[in-house]
Amino acid sequence: MDRRDWVYGWLLVLPAMVFLGLFTHLPAITTIWNSFFSTPRGRRPKLFVGLENYQRLLDDPVFWKVMVNNLWFALGTIPLSIALALIMALSVQRAFAGRALVRMAYFTPTVLPLIAVANIWLFFYTPGFGLIDQITGVFGLGQSNLLGSPDTALVAVMVVTVWKEAGFFMIFYLAALQTIPPQLSEAAKIEGASAGTVFWRITFPLLMPTTLFVSINAVINSFRMVDHIFVLTGGGPDNASSLLLFYIYETSFRFWDTAYGATLTVVMLALLGLLAIGQFLIFDKKVHYK
Amino acid sequence: MNKPGLPITLRGITKAWPGAVALDDVHLTMPAGQFSAILGPSGCGKSTLLRMIAGLETPSHGKIFIDDRDVTALPADQRGLSFVFQSYALFPHLSVAENIVFGLRTRRVARAERTQRLAEVAQLLGLGPYLDRKPAQLSGGQQQRVALGRAIIAKRAICLMDEPLSNLDAKLRQTMRGELRALQQQLGFTMVYVTHDQVEAITMADQVVLMNAGRVEQVAAPDVLYLKPQTVFAARFIGTPAMNILPAAALGALGQGLEQAAGRGLAVGLRPEALVQLPQSPVVLSCTHAEYLGADALAHGHIGGHPVVMRVAGADMPRPGAQLPLGFAPQDLHLFDFATEHRTEVAGLSGIFLRAGMPTAKPTGAVASPFKPKDD
Ligand SMILES: Nc1ncnc2c1ncn2[C@@H]1O[C@H](COP(=O)(O)OP(=O)(O)OP(=O)(O)O)[C@@H](O)[C@H]1O
Ligand SMILES: [Mg+2]
Repeated sequence: MDRRDWVYGWLLVLPAMVFLGLFTHLPAITTIWNSFFSTPRGRRPKLFVGLENYQRLLDDPVFWKVMVNNLWFALGTIPLSIALALIMALSVQRAFAGRALVRMAYFTPTVLPLIAVANIWLFFYTPGFGLIDQITGVFGLGQSNLLGSPDTALVAVMVVTVWKEAGFFMIFYLAALQTIPPQLSEAAKIEGASAGTVFWRITFPLLMPTTLFVSINAVINSFRMVDHIFVLTGGGPDNASSLLLFYIYETSFRFWDTAYGATLTVVMLALLGLLAIGQFLIFDKKVHYK
Repeated sequence: MNKPGLPITLRGITKAWPGAVALDDVHLTMPAGQFSAILGPSGCGKSTLLRMIAGLETPSHGKIFIDDRDVTALPADQRGLSFVFQSYALFPHLSVAENIVFGLRTRRVARAERTQRLAEVAQLLGLGPYLDRKPAQLSGGQQQRVALGRAIIAKRAICLMDEPLSNLDAKLRQTMRGELRALQQQLGFTMVYVTHDQVEAITMADQVVLMNAGRVEQVAAPDVLYLKPQTVFAARFIGTPAMNILPAAALGALGQGLEQAAGRGLAVGLRPEALVQLPQSPVVLSCTHAEYLGADALAHGHIGGHPVVMRVAGADMPRPGAQLPLGFAPQDLHLFDFATEHRTEVAGLSGIFLRAGMPTAKPTGAVASPFKPKDD
């Protein structure tokens, strides 16, 4: 390659590099930088404090609370929404009357705007008037405040999340299922494989790349979850349904403790990076790429 | 490994999709241990027929018997047969070995026996060095062999194949034709082999089932199909270049004599290789152009306004515009009812030739067959 091509190549990627650097890498580095300083307040400028912010983080009970919440949230929503997505995709893959309608119904939660989603679920959850209470009322059971009590708030948010994510992931599974030739399962059937064997030995392994993709997305989403909490619970009661990103938001933009917010963000970025790498390493052995 | 094949019988099989009839009242027997080729143009229902035997498709009407047992309602895995798909349908995430023993595993054959049979099959098909590879790491021919291995390892009495060679290049296809035929004879199973390639059908099969638009046109041994096609379709489908079909009237006095003897309108069929130049003949080909093929050449032209192709030696290619008097042996003349397009025979052919002043050539049809003689 001669020299002119080389320059030409760099010129072509330059715009992308500038924007990526300006809006992604620079803020990330600034965030890490800021996590080593104190928050400037009024006349007091920011001071270098070393690892003090990180020390504070380790002693912060709310931080540990939201981390544990986030862990439960991830464990509760990811496997469930992926399994549901796969089941839904398999169920609408075969041809039957009204298939398009069912597919659309499965996908609707994903395309609905968040406010509409919140309204629907508030309609279910509202104490006394909500659908759930109306139904339990028929059986003579008492009122419940699923979003308002510390024991159930997080679970109530998780239900909404699974409902919304499953339809989204279903689309990926549906696309992947189209790429598996039907002859494979026919060949397996002639060789005496039951429907279960066909699924576990043929379909599921061939869907592994999709499962990897979907699960990485799901993990990242579970740590980026903030909007449902805003609308449904506001993180309460007593941080019972608060997650990491919501806590970062509150710290940075409600209490304006930007340095501590930056520290929390660094922890979250590190966590997400590790999780993504870890998943690739674990799955890589089991995934068959075509 | 020799387990005798089982016969397959189809009685009145019909398959109708919404808006299309793929098979129309098919009656057929595939004899035990024989190689039956299902031949026909694209879309005539070959694959549908095969998938019906396999149990991957259910007939709208009719019954399927394997060895006198009605299997029409039996699921695919209980019919005791194996299937090779055109696309091979190898499992891309499993190794060659796992692909081949897949059926043994689902049927819970003990590990020791699996290993032993795998070794046998690998030896037979020359797959030994590739057992640990994934299908994507094999050439087309090797993949084909893996598909074969998966089909034969269970030693089923019947093996169904849907155009298994059509993804291979011409050279490999020829090699594999021989190998498949040898394998079938060695193992003795009943083979049902779908192809749209007449050379494949003619060179490999004991029995050719010629299909057209969902119907069985003719069932016969390859040489019978070539020598005595029962319909105009069969006559034109088998043989390259295709048989010339003209209304009897195009042959002048001879044609009239034939129609008189038959008592109805006739179409005559003459293979390009059955035509020879005969100086005194009243039947004249006006040559329009010629095609050089090396040893042979094809002379294209008209007889009585109908297009006709004649095979000549490559050395004496006619010039365009040449008028060539033609003859043929009475044995090489195929006669079809003009209306029904079914074969008819007319007695006393040599007399009719004589009265029409038509000289007779030596018979050539069987000798000039463009197909290899059968290998058994
Ligand atoms: N699932 C289906 N739905 C509707 N029509 C079908 C279906 N499968 C096949 N057909 C029709 O049935 C007819 C026979 O199809 P088939 O696949 O048996 O042809 P074929 O002889 O195998 O052709 P080819 O040599 O091209 O493979 C075709 O007209 C086809 O369009
Ligand atoms: Mg076909």
